[in-house]
Amino acid sequence: MAKFKKKTGGGAPGISTASLPDIVFMLLFFFMVTTVMREVTLKVENKKPKATEIKKLERKSLVTYIYVGKPKAQYIAQVGSEPRIQLNDAFARVKDVQNHVITAREEINEAERPLMTVSIKADSEVKMGLISDIKQELRKANTLKLNYSTRKGEVYGDKG
Amino acid sequence: MADIAFLLLIFFLVTTTMDVDSGINRKLPPWNDEQVDPPPIKEKNIFTVLVNSKDQLLVEEEYMDIEQLRGAAKRFVNNNGDGSCDYCTGALRSPTSSVNPEKAIISLQNDRGTSYETYIAVQNELAAAYNELREELAQRRYGVSYKDLGEEARKEIQEAYPQKISEAEPVSLGN
Repeated sequence: MAKFKKKTGGGAPGISTASLPDIVFMLLFFFMVTTVMREVTLKVENKKPKATEIKKLERKSLVTYIYVGKPKAQYIAQVGSEPRIQLNDAFARVKDVQNHVITAREEINEAERPLMTVSIKADSEVKMGLISDIKQELRKANTLKLNYSTRKGEVYGDKG
Repeated sequence: MADIAFLLLIFFLVTTTMDVDSGINRKLPPWNDEQVDPPPIKEKNIFTVLVNSKDQLLVEEEYMDIEQLRGAAKRFVNNNGDGSCDYCTGALRSPTSSVNPEKAIISLQNDRGTSYETYIAVQNELAAAYNELREELAQRRYGVSYKDLGEEARKEIQEAYPQKISEAEPVSLGN
């Protein structure tokens, strides 16, 4: 019975790589599901202020974003260094806000329109004058749910 | 096959951004063309917070640091001035604070020059004051944390400490 040779000892058997594709696929699906593509390129500085009492924004499809901040270095020559509003991919003025949210609201189906939320992503250095103007425009557009986008962190103490 | 999967995996690894959007939720008052006179509210039921363009706070006509705002707001709301609030622990009965949490209103006014950071800090502290009061009541009444309560109990506690923050339109408060 030469066929049943005794295993010669010495050297651990190599690890089987047969399950490697499975693992890779698992990771792949995980990242595919969790990934969120950035929809807009930010043209303004956006260092959000910190807060602790925050709530998660749910139903992304019902959220419209308004970015506020100083223009990034490459746009300063074009629009100046004062804080500006960015809607979608372009700089905008305060009076454009109303149209923007109304257009966004039109895209949501009618039953869910009252749930529409506007998320203001403003830089912490922006002055409240501009934010208040935006808020007035939102009131005029009758879009009353608002979310001030923040980072998680203590409000006072380190200003980092 | 594994190679293609790897390629895709790396692509998604690079493009993924994990940040969840979160922030402070607020509701704006509806737009009114004509000026509506506000209903009369007793002075003692209003907790005024003013923020000027240098990001300084004036709370109830006194200069205050942002660190103290949360405590001051809690004391004001939890005052139980008329004794009708049986769950209020702040038995101060201060004549200048609110008569009960249902009547307490926090009025916030900022300057056009106030920085957004300070504004958010103030909003955050005021929200924190209410959240802490609710949390304390939940602990006393049910012995569990507010966020673990059922919907009904949560609503009950929300009504016990209704969050009433009124924002005035910004003016120039000067320096």
